[in-house]
Amino acid sequence: MIEMPDTLKFHFDVDGSDFSSAGEASVVVKKKLRQLGYPADIIRKVSIAMYEGEINMVIHANGGTAEVEIHENEIVIILSDHGPGIPDVNLAMQEGYSTARENIRVLGFGAGMGLPNMKKYTDYMKIDTKVGEGTTITMKVYL
Amino acid sequence: MKLESLCNSLSLKVITGDTEREFSGVYVGDFLSRAMTCVKQDYLWITIMTNSNVIAVASLTDAAAVLLAEDVVLLPDALEAARENGITILSSSLDAYRLCLHIGKLLEES
Ligand SMILES: Nc1ncnc2c1ncn2[C@@H]1O[C@H](COP(=O)(O)OP(=O)(O)O)[C@@H](O)[C@H]1O
Ligand SMILES: [Mg+2]
Repeated sequence: MIEMPDTLKFHFDVDGSDFSSAGEASVVVKKKLRQLGYPADIIRKVSIAMYEGEINMVIHANGGTAEVEIHENEIVIILSDHGPGIPDVNLAMQEGYSTARENIRVLGFGAGMGLPNMKKYTDYMKIDTKVGEGTTITMKVYL
Repeated sequence: MKLESLCNSLSLKVITGDTEREFSGVYVGDFLSRAMTCVKQDYLWITIMTNSNVIAVASLTDAAAVLLAEDVVLLPDALEAARENGITILSSSLDAYRLCLHIGKLLEES
């Protein structure tokens, strides 16, 4: 009998030096989920959450890694970086709060909606962050 | 409404992609995080942003097309990304407000 693996895993290195490629990992994951036949609302949630997390690693943390695990009951997204960390998570979670500078805002980033959207469009979100060490954000979308 | 009839009525330029798709709504805005949640599947997204992040958002949201207002020009790597991802890019000399006025009228009539 052939055992089907019950978990699909993807790993991405997110380049922090190239703003123009930001979001590419999310696009790959979205296409994969579409191929696998997941419902549109699930794809939308994962796309929004992962995109925002990926962008944050690029614009605030000089890049990082993204792991996506597709389980039977949930999709797990883990974003890790060795950036500056988030000093005040409650403040950072507020809609509209952004430390993005003008040179980044002219590119369309820095609306201050990333973290709130990640929270809103996932079923679970945990932020582990330490100033000077980095940030790991775990998000889950239940299937 | 089909993108094709929108293009004809408003004399939009087709920068890349086909105009076969129907669009079911419109969003105007340049902040990517806002567009990410407000552009719904099959929407027409009007913006003046021209970098390749626009293509990522259009692709992630399943937008019907991106309509560039005020004759802004897509950056070369963004154009390439649009072609690769099959994103339709339209362009007009009109600003977003005027585009919306015209589109609103068209949708009312149809
Ligand atoms: N991975 C990260 N590393 C360091 N700081 C972060 C990270 N993600 C978010 N932040 C901080 O939280 C703030 C709010 O994030 P977000 O809601 O995504 O808004 P925006 O990215 O538009 O600034 C950011 O401006 C930044 O100060
Ligand atoms: Mg953000």
